[in-house]
Amino acid sequence: MIKVAIKNLSLFYDTIQALKNISLNVEKNEILGVVGPANSGKSSFLRALNRLYEIDYARISGTIVLDDTDIFTIPINDLRRRVGLIFATPVVLPGSIHKNMSYGPKLHRKLKESELDEIIFNALSAANLWEEVKDRLKDSAATLSGGQQQRLCIARTLAMGPEVIMMDEPCSGLDPISTAKIEATMLELKEKYTFILVTNNTKQAARVANRTAFFLSGELIEIDKTEKIFTNPADSRTDGYIRGKFG
Amino acid sequence: MTFRIGPRTNQIIAYSILLLMTLITVVVLFFIIGYVFKNGVGQLSLEFLTDKTRNMGKEGGIFPSILGTFFVTIFAIVIATPLGIGSAVYLVEYTRGGLIHRIISFGADCLAGVPSIIYGLFGFIFFVITLNLGWSIISGGLTLAVMIIPTIIRTTEEAIKAVPHSYREISYSLGGGKLDTILKVVLPTSLPGILTGVILGIGRAVGETAAVIFTAGSSLGIPTSAFSSTRTLAVHFYILAREGISMPKAYGTATVLIIIILLVNFIAYRLMHRFMERYY
Amino acid sequence: MKDKIAEKLLLFIAFSAIFSLLLITFFIFQQGIPLIFKIGLGNFFSTHWAPTRGHFGILSMIIGSLMVTTGALVVGIPFGLACAIFLAEFSSPVVQKTLKPIIELLAGIPSVVYGFIGIVILVPFIREHFGGPGFSVLAASIILGVMILPTIVSISYDALMAVPNTYREGSYAVGATKWQTVRMLLMPAARSGIVAGIILGMGRAIGETMAVIMIAGNALKIPHSILDSVRTLTSTLALELGYATGDHRAALFACGSFLFLIIILLNIIAIKITGRK
Repeated sequence: MIKVAIKNLSLFYDTIQALKNISLNVEKNEILGVVGPANSGKSSFLRALNRLYEIDYARISGTIVLDDTDIFTIPINDLRRRVGLIFATPVVLPGSIHKNMSYGPKLHRKLKESELDEIIFNALSAANLWEEVKDRLKDSAATLSGGQQQRLCIARTLAMGPEVIMMDEPCSGLDPISTAKIEATMLELKEKYTFILVTNNTKQAARVANRTAFFLSGELIEIDKTEKIFTNPADSRTDGYIRGKFG
Repeated sequence: MTFRIGPRTNQIIAYSILLLMTLITVVVLFFIIGYVFKNGVGQLSLEFLTDKTRNMGKEGGIFPSILGTFFVTIFAIVIATPLGIGSAVYLVEYTRGGLIHRIISFGADCLAGVPSIIYGLFGFIFFVITLNLGWSIISGGLTLAVMIIPTIIRTTEEAIKAVPHSYREISYSLGGGKLDTILKVVLPTSLPGILTGVILGIGRAVGETAAVIFTAGSSLGIPTSAFSSTRTLAVHFYILAREGISMPKAYGTATVLIIIILLVNFIAYRLMHRFMERYY
Repeated sequence: MKDKIAEKLLLFIAFSAIFSLLLITFFIFQQGIPLIFKIGLGNFFSTHWAPTRGHFGILSMIIGSLMVTTGALVVGIPFGLACAIFLAEFSSPVVQKTLKPIIELLAGIPSVVYGFIGIVILVPFIREHFGGPGFSVLAASIILGVMILPTIVSISYDALMAVPNTYREGSYAVGATKWQTVRMLLMPAARSGIVAGIILGMGRAIGETMAVIMIAGNALKIPHSILDSVRTLTSTLALELGYATGDHRAALFACGSFLFLIIILLNIIAIKITGRK
């Protein structure tokens, strides 16, 4: 079942074209890996899907369809609630863990204290963070370790009740143990959500992604089952990148 | 025989001169404050602060002027703060270079350089005469408000610019609208910096003379409404000193004025410092 | 929807500064310019100021303002630059952190306090040691010089700090001393910022009113020495606005229009030089 259908997507920052005519589908409940060297358009791709590119004054052409609905017809706040984005460096908002967690849900609807507590409990549990922070929800979020902060960012996104979760190199600043925890979280959660994982760590894509797309200079070179991409890619450039010849 | 000073010696001479001139500057500052305090602290008493002004200021206290200063300043701040913050928010969050940005910036920069006597002239002809508000707290407050808008705009603008872009991205990606993002993330984060601007604005308003003497007047009564004429501390001090009414009272008033200014600057500095430590 | 309303509202608010500026321009010009047309430029730029008898010449006040402003710059520029250079290039961060707010505090002291210090200390000092009435160009220049210091220091300091560190490293690497680096490399590199600071300081000096009234003596004649009494454009405004009516008041606004034009011109030059976007 197709969750997101992208057709002829191009994206421009002023005169620079960051995405060139991308067409691909994201399947429901899969983890789609997106790999490629720096400046290949991976981040721009994610920012197109929740229309975050608009705050950078970029322009876009092509169509993006989420569950049969053109995303440009969905109210933007609703779209961003449904399509969550997690950034490379965990950025916690100033204030307590609780405040970080309640920011998203409170934006979208009025909540009773008990409902909010339940949402926070569920999201933190799903992100495997509840046990570590349950006694210190009122503490400043900045006191958490880097790995904990990134899991807080994931929980914060989960608390909005998203359908698609996009991650932009979520483990680039983390140690191997924290990375493993986040990968485990993703694998647990993919029953319920659809993931798009941008990573410059090809091994990570190989470990968790069902399918993998390879981007180069704003173009989609190929997309296929992860095993296929990593063992027998159709395009020689994919092969070169996977083997570490460039990138 | 030619005599040439080597670069090392030159460096030492230059350093000494620079150090000396800097020290002189600092000494002048401390001298001004110290001199006023030395002669004025003795005048301070509860009575001086809470008593009516009698005999044109020769006797009694400065209570009416304290009240007048307070009301005029509050008025100015209440009006200037939303306008200043709103302008800064618009400049940073809603414009990206462009003509509108340049026009607004130019307005703020020019307004910042306009001397206070021009504000006095303007306030007099516009608020006092044209709008027929008379010499009053309201005229003085409005005039000062226009005067401190640029201070608040500039400080707020810097504070908002210092909020990391990533905070905005987070807020948007959690489904926040632009207004949500500004109200719940950008403004709370930049609050100390914004307060610094507001407090510096208070400092300017409290110390101002030329712009208020022709708009708020110099009446010595206790103000009873926003339309009462009043004499602020700075104006009272100016009249005491220039007309030679009472030097001891002048020193006393100046001491109160300087204490307020020192306090204001100290608070502004502490806030800014805390803000900078967090974000730079 | 609420985002759209907020944007419109903020745009409206954001025009408050430029709107105020236009309002000020309009009202001051509207009060003053008609009189200039009525009496002619010849009368307006003469040295004869007797506004109740139809003489509206502001030349002696223009000269007065020029003299005290020049004097203020003579005092303010060397000290201002010295402080800026010392702070930016010869101080440890700790010294910077203490000295900068102290110098900025100079800007916060009300101008009437400067005027008062002038009356009780500087004026008697000049009278006793140099002669003359004491209330003089010299007294006004010194006090104004101190008053414009913070403007010159903070803008020049920012300009010096904005010079990339690679310049300094490059210069030290070829064996230059700190002072040589400052004189030959940093000062030229920061020149536009320093000039902007001086121009803004100049604007402050021309526009300053209360301190000048208190110590300049305000005599209506062109001073022949720096020990003579002097009256500036701003002093005339403040001294006479309280009781002026009719053409007299209009003349003060004409004088104010002239002052306003000069200030705006200086501001525009400073803004152009720093090239802020």
